[in-house]
Amino acid sequence: MAALLSYGVYVPPTRLNLAQIGGRPPRDGGPEKAVAWNDEDSVTLAVSAGVSCLAGFDRESVDGVLFTTTTQPFQEKQGAALIARALDLPRSVRTADLTGSLRAGLGALRAAADSVAAGSARRVLVVVSDCRMGAPGSAQERSFGDAAAAFLVGEGPGIATLGESFSVSDEIVDVWRTAGDPFVHAWEERFIVQEGYVPRSVEAVRGLLEKTGTAIGDFHKIALYAPDARSHGTVARALGIEGERLQDPLLASVGNSGAAAAPLQLAAAHEAALPGDRLLVLAYGDGAEALELRVEAGIESLDPRRGLGWHHARRRTVSSYAAYQKARGLGTTEYPAAEDPGLSATIHHRERDEDVSLKGQQCQACGAIQFPVQRVCESCFAKDRFELVRLSDRAGKVVTYTLDFFFPTPEPPTIVTITDVDGARVHLQLVDCKPEDVHPGLPVEFVFRRIHSVGGRPNYYWKATPAAEDLS
Amino acid sequence: MKADAIRDKVAVVGVGCCAFGENWDQAPSDMIVDAAYEAYADAGIEEPQKQIDAVFTGSIYSNKGPHECADALKLFEKPVTMVSNYCATGTDAFRCGVMSVAARLYDTVLVVGYDKPKDRGVAGPSVVMSQVRDLPQTPAGWFALCASTYFEKYGAGREDLARIAVKNHHNGTLAPNSFLKREISVDDALKARMISWPFGLYDCAAQTDGAAAAVITRADLAKSHRDDAPLVKAVTVMAGPNPQKDPGNDFLRWKPTGWAAKVAYEQAGIADPSREIDVAQLHDCFTLTELLSYEDLGFIEKGAAKEHIASGTFELSGELPVNTDGGLKAFGHPTGATGVRMIYENTLQLQGRAGDRQVKDPEIALSHNIGGHPTACGIAILGKGG
Repeated sequence: MAALLSYGVYVPPTRLNLAQIGGRPPRDGGPEKAVAWNDEDSVTLAVSAGVSCLAGFDRESVDGVLFTTTTQPFQEKQGAALIARALDLPRSVRTADLTGSLRAGLGALRAAADSVAAGSARRVLVVVSDCRMGAPGSAQERSFGDAAAAFLVGEGPGIATLGESFSVSDEIVDVWRTAGDPFVHAWEERFIVQEGYVPRSVEAVRGLLEKTGTAIGDFHKIALYAPDARSHGTVARALGIEGERLQDPLLASVGNSGAAAAPLQLAAAHEAALPGDRLLVLAYGDGAEALELRVEAGIESLDPRRGLGWHHARRRTVSSYAAYQKARGLGTTEYPAAEDPGLSATIHHRERDEDVSLKGQQCQACGAIQFPVQRVCESCFAKDRFELVRLSDRAGKVVTYTLDFFFPTPEPPTIVTITDVDGARVHLQLVDCKPEDVHPGLPVEFVFRRIHSVGGRPNYYWKATPAAEDLS
Repeated sequence: MKADAIRDKVAVVGVGCCAFGENWDQAPSDMIVDAAYEAYADAGIEEPQKQIDAVFTGSIYSNKGPHECADALKLFEKPVTMVSNYCATGTDAFRCGVMSVAARLYDTVLVVGYDKPKDRGVAGPSVVMSQVRDLPQTPAGWFALCASTYFEKYGAGREDLARIAVKNHHNGTLAPNSFLKREISVDDALKARMISWPFGLYDCAAQTDGAAAAVITRADLAKSHRDDAPLVKAVTVMAGPNPQKDPGNDFLRWKPTGWAAKVAYEQAGIADPSREIDVAQLHDCFTLTELLSYEDLGFIEKGAAKEHIASGTFELSGELPVNTDGGLKAFGHPTGATGVRMIYENTLQLQGRAGDRQVKDPEIALSHNIGGHPTACGIAILGKGG
């Protein structure tokens, strides 16, 4: 049987407290939403969730990547291939994107499970991520948040056996985004709830119960996608789900994370699950899909990982609504005219080992590790005697730094470091760190981010971030 | 390297320097002509087309190559070469000229350094990003990377940097061709807006346009031009590793300066730079760059800059005046021009023609550039002639 072997989640650290939208100071304990910063997008969130998911697993063993989002950074260009490269997965990995649908995350899990069951894939990484934008001032802006979840699907028993699913497809123009429009739009809320979300969700769950001969009470945790807390409650009541069994939809802490919302809840359910628990997850979007899982004994031997609690603990509130708008490209601002001759795709291709996978090289003559890839050893001058080594999952240390107040960013300054990774020196920005906390010797780890948009397209590279050991 | 290949073989017989600044109404050719014709007059050259045998020009912003200079000066039917070596470009153009004369390839050579960054419509950050790994950052960010480490080890701080800015602003008020002619206080420097920590606005050199020129000739021919022509004691450039990836960098120094100094002192026969050098023009693209250079050039011990800044060692009245014309701080930094502008200033100082900023009876004058990330250093040493 196909099973989940591992899971990972990622929530960007920045929060917009909803009080800030009205220009008020953040309200302690008030609702907030997770915000992908200006160097983050669906791809970078997915990579971070993928890193967490693959901890302890041989990356060489992964032979498939399915990436699901409604917010692809590129209209044409695959996200899964970029994610696979950033994760340094084997070249022979099969990659595909399932996009444009809020419920494609469960579809991707189903497809991965079917591939494993059919023997056409051994281990498939499913990454689901979303960074949806609501127009300034809209209800969507208040409710949308950004997050990602990842699952490794393979031959069981793993941590949870993937069971039956039940799907309902429906054509309804309730929530949509047209090509070229940055904002998600919605029809009247009562129409969505009464004709779309509530009846289709109930129908999918009941269909699954009937198909499997189970009752709602047989499930220990039920994770329901929901556009808002009220309709979440409506579906829960209609299905007779008791409070304890209802997974927190994270609407007031992360926000509605779109395609990632149901998978994120499913991952969160695993954090507290015991062997034998039965889980049910529901996704909605042009119909609905429900999936059941049975938690296996493997859940107890899975390496500890950064869960939602860890991400919640390290969150920080954005300095102002204006800074949030700048980060999301919503503010009016005149940056110094960029000399933007474009970026050579040829060079990008040549240097993808360094840039996308953060690979350095180890000299086979003297053992020195260095960055970037070069022909002659910096230490012993041996020529062409190198093996590539992945630096992205190693520990680093700040050698020196500066705080750049000049380059325009939503919240200056930009911290720029020289970071040492096992002897290699890498010039990296340091993110998710207060300027007063940086010092020579600061231990860091690495995150995949947008570095700039030279050439009018997102360019990705790695950044340093303070190392975190605490998994609470 | 043959240590004696350069010393006293070549004389600087004429120098020129246009007014540095935001020269909106001047083309590069205008500045080149102003600087070169001043140098011609200084050297007593009346027919440059006949008397100049070859031209070495340095620029990093120009995309027109050596022709820009040749065409401006109408120096045709002779070799014209453009040199590019980051901020050491001017010194390297001078070096190429000196080598060609020392090798007796030419008798008389014109060196022109110039750049026109203000034609680009860019006010501040001027970093063109052409690769994914190019961090959106300014040179201030590159040169600031020694600060956290140096401050921690030697206890220096922003106040020490501020005093360098105050000194150079003052010296700049005494130089007719300088861009900034305004005194500032330590407090002004400390309170200015932050650019890249620890550099506030006043820790940074300005972006300006400028050109400078020198006419050099064989030492034995110098007297036909003028009696007080300084002699070239040493000139070298040095390549170094990119400190952003160099595994051995301690961020307490910029390596190429120390390497270039060792060679330059060997060429010039200088055993104790702190006693033998009388005046110096150092690359103060940022105040910390000047501070590190005091030490890396062997003027003082590593870590001793703080006390020497406090005691005024490098002020006009001090034991070893540095940046007598206000340096890059006051002139700005049109990259190709800077090294040649320093040759101009050192020549005037050695000839006793530096007006209100004249240092008392200097015999040996050093000029220094460091540039790139930084990855290149140039040093030239001139000795009093006549």
